[in-house]
Amino acid sequence: MGLNDLHVALGGKMVPFARYSMPVQYPAGVMKEHLHTRAAAGLFDVSHMGQVILQPKGSYEETARAFEALMPVDVLGVKPGRQRYGLFTNDAGGILDDLMFANRGDHLFVVVNAACKQADIAHMTARLSGVCEVIPVTDRALLALQGPQAETALARLVPEVTAMKFMDVGVFGDIWASRSGYTGEDGFEISIPMDRAKDFAVKLLDMPEVMPIGLGARDSLRLEAGLCLYGHDIDTTTSPVEAGLTWAIQKARRAGGDREGGFPGAARILRELAHGPARCRVGLRPEGRAPMREHTPLFAGNAALGEVTSGGFGPSVEAPVAMGYVPAAYAQIGTKLDGEVRGKRMAVTVAAMPFQPTTYKR
Amino acid sequence: MKYTKEHEWLRVEGNLVVVGITEHAATALGDVVFVELPEVETQVAEGDDVSVIESVKAASDILAPVDGEIVAVNEKLSDNPSLVNEDPLGAGWFFKMKLDDLSVLDQFMDEDEYNDLIA
Repeated sequence: MGLNDLHVALGGKMVPFARYSMPVQYPAGVMKEHLHTRAAAGLFDVSHMGQVILQPKGSYEETARAFEALMPVDVLGVKPGRQRYGLFTNDAGGILDDLMFANRGDHLFVVVNAACKQADIAHMTARLSGVCEVIPVTDRALLALQGPQAETALARLVPEVTAMKFMDVGVFGDIWASRSGYTGEDGFEISIPMDRAKDFAVKLLDMPEVMPIGLGARDSLRLEAGLCLYGHDIDTTTSPVEAGLTWAIQKARRAGGDREGGFPGAARILRELAHGPARCRVGLRPEGRAPMREHTPLFAGNAALGEVTSGGFGPSVEAPVAMGYVPAAYAQIGTKLDGEVRGKRMAVTVAAMPFQPTTYKR
Repeated sequence: MKYTKEHEWLRVEGNLVVVGITEHAATALGDVVFVELPEVETQVAEGDDVSVIESVKAASDILAPVDGEIVAVNEKLSDNPSLVNEDPLGAGWFFKMKLDDLSVLDQFMDEDEYNDLIA
């Protein structure tokens, strides 16, 4: 990793993550890093994520159509300079990965999860190589700068970013920026050549607004924002409808839409859209201060309902927060359930997400 | 003050022993967000899980260092668990135990020995 030396120099506590060595926290600690990101700006190294270019052999539209056939998502409707959240589904309607993709005029730029990137690249190569080159981008770092002062800080180095709105993408010299992130805050993701990344990161970190942020706070920030972590809250056994990701399934791909269905698992996904899923991902607010972590079993009386898929303490919410799956009959906001923590049943209430209001610049 | 291999400190206070976790342990755990305290007036045996400490990262057990009776707990930790990080050797204490014989504490490390352990 190009930025490994920098993390160590900053005092990052390094841990293995998806075959990479990543900083779980810096000396400030998870709590301060989290709160700083919500108050000012936090810099995250997310270079382990997969960056992929889909370079059309023919027209852009032909590639976009083929890419659209992998997801229940409207790809053709994404205008140049815009990005959208997407999901690769399997034939059973489960989720292979979640991702971001951008229309960059003559090609698509895709960012996928670290743990899934080899499988995703193989999947795209198998399904798309007739119409485009699937090109993994391996010589670039990916940084995320998140928080209310992210724009102020980044604009000192890349003034053009002030004109961007949520989910815009832009190419500024050798910097590829998008106004997006995974913290619920306004902010940017910045792809930059690996050999320039350290200098760029150091320039940002020298600014008074910016603090380095590790994986620990990245997780608590995305949890408060109600965002799914692949492999925990969503995986091949959960459908996008169960996961509450129906907002990512645009009208064009739904029943009666211009390009209805035609994606892996369409039968199940369209059925669940019409009739509702058997179970739902819900937000959970445990009573008291004890966190309910991943795999905490959930009950209604003696009935085992499911389990927590992500949970911890929300530093901005100042209380424990969690998400998990329960049968649809128990998914109503306000439903009182129990979670079993260390053999004891503790009260937990189904709650709306996000737990922390988002501040995207729309 | 005495120290255990589980990074707890033990301080004699009259005929009682006050138990907490060391600064080294508090730093390693990270920001403490929840402490589950034992019930008072319970008999515990050495090595029993008597308390749970939850940091932003994970849950860890606090073990009874010796046999004895829990006679007091630090209720302030319920509302303000960050005391464990702010003042681990003082206001961040966990519980007080009554022992039959304080000489069992002789088996534990003194400060120099503990500092060697964590060095």
